[in-house]
Amino acid sequence: MTSTPSSLPFWQRFFPPQVSHITTREDWIRVALLGLCTLFLLVGVVFPLYPMVLRSLQDTSGSWVGLANYRTYLSTPSLVTSLSNTLWMAVLTALLSVILGFVYAYALTRTAMPGKFIFRILGLLPLYVPPLANAIGLVYLFGNNGLVTKGLFGILPGWDINLYGLNGIVIGEFLYCFPQAVVILTTALSLTDARIYEAAEALRTHPIRTFLTVTLPSVKFGLISTIFVCFILAFTDFGVPKVVGGSFNVLAIEIYKQVIGQQNFSMGATISVFLLMPTILAFVIDRIVQRRQTALVSAKSVPFQPRSNPIVDGLMFAICTLIAGFAVIVFLTIIFASFVRVWPYDFSLTLKHYNFNAVGGGGYAAYWNSIRMSLYTAIGGTIAVFIGAYLIEKGKGWGWLRSVNYFLSTVPLALPGLVLGLAYVFFFNKPLWLIPGTSYALVNPFNWLYGTMGILVLCNIIHFYTVCFLTATTALKQTDPEFEAVSASMRVPFYKTFWRVTVPLSIPAILDIGIYYFINAMVTISAIIFIYPPAIPLAAVAIVNMDDAGDVAPAAAMSALIVGTSIGVRLIYSFLTRGLHRRTQAWLKR
Amino acid sequence: MTLRKRWFRFGWQAFLSCLLTVVVTACVVQQSPDAAKTADGSVPADSSAITVYTALEDDQLAKYLPLFEQAHPDIKVNKVRDSTGVVTAKLLAEKDNPQADVVWGLAASSLLVADQQGMLEPYAPQGLDKVRDQFKDDRDPPHWVGIDAWMSAFCVNTVEMEKRNLAIPQSWADLTKPEYKGLIVMSNPASSGTGFLSVSAMLQMKGEQEGWNYLDALHQNVAQYMHSGSKPCKVAGSGEYPIGISFDYRAVKQKNDGEPIEAVFPEEGSGWDIEANALVKKDNINPAAKTFLDWAISPEVSKLYAESFPITAVETDVPVPAGYPPEPIKQLTTKNDFNWAAQNRDAILAEWTKRYDAKSEAKS
Repeated sequence: MTSTPSSLPFWQRFFPPQVSHITTREDWIRVALLGLCTLFLLVGVVFPLYPMVLRSLQDTSGSWVGLANYRTYLSTPSLVTSLSNTLWMAVLTALLSVILGFVYAYALTRTAMPGKFIFRILGLLPLYVPPLANAIGLVYLFGNNGLVTKGLFGILPGWDINLYGLNGIVIGEFLYCFPQAVVILTTALSLTDARIYEAAEALRTHPIRTFLTVTLPSVKFGLISTIFVCFILAFTDFGVPKVVGGSFNVLAIEIYKQVIGQQNFSMGATISVFLLMPTILAFVIDRIVQRRQTALVSAKSVPFQPRSNPIVDGLMFAICTLIAGFAVIVFLTIIFASFVRVWPYDFSLTLKHYNFNAVGGGGYAAYWNSIRMSLYTAIGGTIAVFIGAYLIEKGKGWGWLRSVNYFLSTVPLALPGLVLGLAYVFFFNKPLWLIPGTSYALVNPFNWLYGTMGILVLCNIIHFYTVCFLTATTALKQTDPEFEAVSASMRVPFYKTFWRVTVPLSIPAILDIGIYYFINAMVTISAIIFIYPPAIPLAAVAIVNMDDAGDVAPAAAMSALIVGTSIGVRLIYSFLTRGLHRRTQAWLKR
Repeated sequence: MTLRKRWFRFGWQAFLSCLLTVVVTACVVQQSPDAAKTADGSVPADSSAITVYTALEDDQLAKYLPLFEQAHPDIKVNKVRDSTGVVTAKLLAEKDNPQADVVWGLAASSLLVADQQGMLEPYAPQGLDKVRDQFKDDRDPPHWVGIDAWMSAFCVNTVEMEKRNLAIPQSWADLTKPEYKGLIVMSNPASSGTGFLSVSAMLQMKGEQEGWNYLDALHQNVAQYMHSGSKPCKVAGSGEYPIGISFDYRAVKQKNDGEPIEAVFPEEGSGWDIEANALVKKDNINPAAKTFLDWAISPEVSKLYAESFPITAVETDVPVPAGYPPEPIKQLTTKNDFNWAAQNRDAILAEWTKRYDAKSEAKS
């Protein structure tokens, strides 16, 4: 990467002037692909957001009111309180998730701790569990009548953590953010060059100094990405605060109140705009940090092989057991609850809750629909994300287009599912767009998507785009640009290099992205609850409906089914791809 | 760059720009009613299928819908079921191109919001004369027609009350007694129709001044305002908080499911709302939608409604279900003006939020 003189104007530090030469067929392909990616993100993110932002400048009946909604917002004390509440809660969550996530990922990649395979799966466990089920588990453990609060039926001294409020939200959001932190940080930590560590050892550098001067700087980019991801996820989530938030109001709950409680889309849109602000901030900071990033895995790199160190390994094992143990306990509580007759008064066990015929939501048809939707999302999403990240990261020329692309790829993270879902209804359900000031209208070419499986898949791909995109970017950033340079000088077209070098090098990240898409699509609710077509019921929506109808135990049972599937798919996936993994990563072994 | 190459590039750019212009202009149509219809109605309404939006419970739907399928096997019903708030939000969000043909069993107060936005088509279903007067819109033809009524009720956990040695509260006045401090949960009126029902009932029953005084006193005892109508009853059932202000159907159902719940109908009377049906206004109204609305107030299905609701819009000979007061209609508060509630909703919520939502921070 070229260094930019600091005398350049401010904006040019983000969008460095680059000369675009289109001379070969290859360049045409590259630009065409980049254009396609931009179009995809425009349709998925920007176009739907436009009517949403427009709403924030209108009153409920649709007439133009300018900034009146914003004034109302800033002069309502309870809304301002929820802004500061949300900031505080998100900072706490981000710190907790990043610190513990880093330790966990470090243990997985840099130590010879036993049981890594199991920890790798358990660390992601909370991700497999529908958020609502996680919240149910927390209430059953730490609520006023919870197992921990009452000391396991009075056997142990009770411990009341005061769940409802800030405590509950931070614990719940931690369960939600921790796996995401582990995904990004594992990718960041697993790509490194062992030669640096050998050099450090040869120079008799103290391990702590090596950690501070080699390890930490090498994952700086991943670490900063993780902080932003966790912060923004906690900042925009509404599932956890809805269940365990108590009187602690947060912005996402305010949107819920406006949209679901009062059907006031204008105010909901106004608050959503406030939620968008952290992304813009994150984008600016991210661009600044990113300019200093250089590749860590060069063509001459030697992979790092962790050596066993009983003290470190033991310590890491203990910490990982604690963290994973917590996630497992929450999960087991959910499973247990699905067998209990009447929690917490009649603890006799029963199988009656596993009969879905008596309850609504679509039963097994919904379950199969969810699997289909998740598969399409995983395949389509992985392809879109990886090609998009590749074109931005490894492309040449067209710097401004790549910057725009990068920005658009980070926006979805800041969109709460609720906002995204509504935006999709507003945009895709409109057959015609009036052109202001004329009697003409533009036909919406995407209207046909509404009410099909396609819109569900598109919505999911966009909803989870950013984390996958950051994972791909982190992986790509850490591979040496020399690969491309050498290929180019040998006149190998870029798409061949992409297919024969870049993709195999990034196989672990690609597999992670696919799995991430699959399990998220299995459990997500907030966005698709507005757009799922009547003919396609979904399992995660069924859980909400069952819980709504008071059938908590069947909801827990359906959750168990979803978790089982996700873990099963994960195991099959890693089994089937083991050969591929071994072959493509063989160069990492000595 | 040679001249030829430059010309080539210029030609390409010109070609692409022309293509873009053609594509964009091809997408533009004149906005006249006819044009809108051809562009809009590209998918002709399938006369044999209708989309029904409903907030009725799943287990109820499983009983009602087979009856319709028997009577009209040629009509396929696609149902979208969700909580009142989500269904209403979905309905309103789709305003420009409504997907639903019929709304079935949605709170009348929510239908009023849709009606204010001009989304409902007036329709007088067959058998309208059998529907009680206060259960339908008073315009002719009515914009909405009710099928049943639901009312507020307390869910009180008997085990937890016994543990604390407390009497079961029997009235709204009882709830403000100091011994219930921190034991009560109710729905947040800003997030849930049930919560708004209770607040609006208080204000109409006691008058604004007295009503707010009462809510002030109640606030002292409330531990949490929750974000759904059924949630307070659910947490009462699991003993998280022993007293939940919720609604009748939920309280009775949980009791029958074996939870230690007492369904209390307050002495002063209960706030209530109607679950109603309406025809959605759109360009091509499917006749099957009207058939459905006729069926939805027929005596046959009303008998089924009466099995879960003590008060139905069409009177039936089905006895009041177990767990309800013997004369349910007397339990309803006499003053209940839906239009007043709808018109003052924003002001009431703003006042409520100012008084209780901002203040509740200090407590946590």
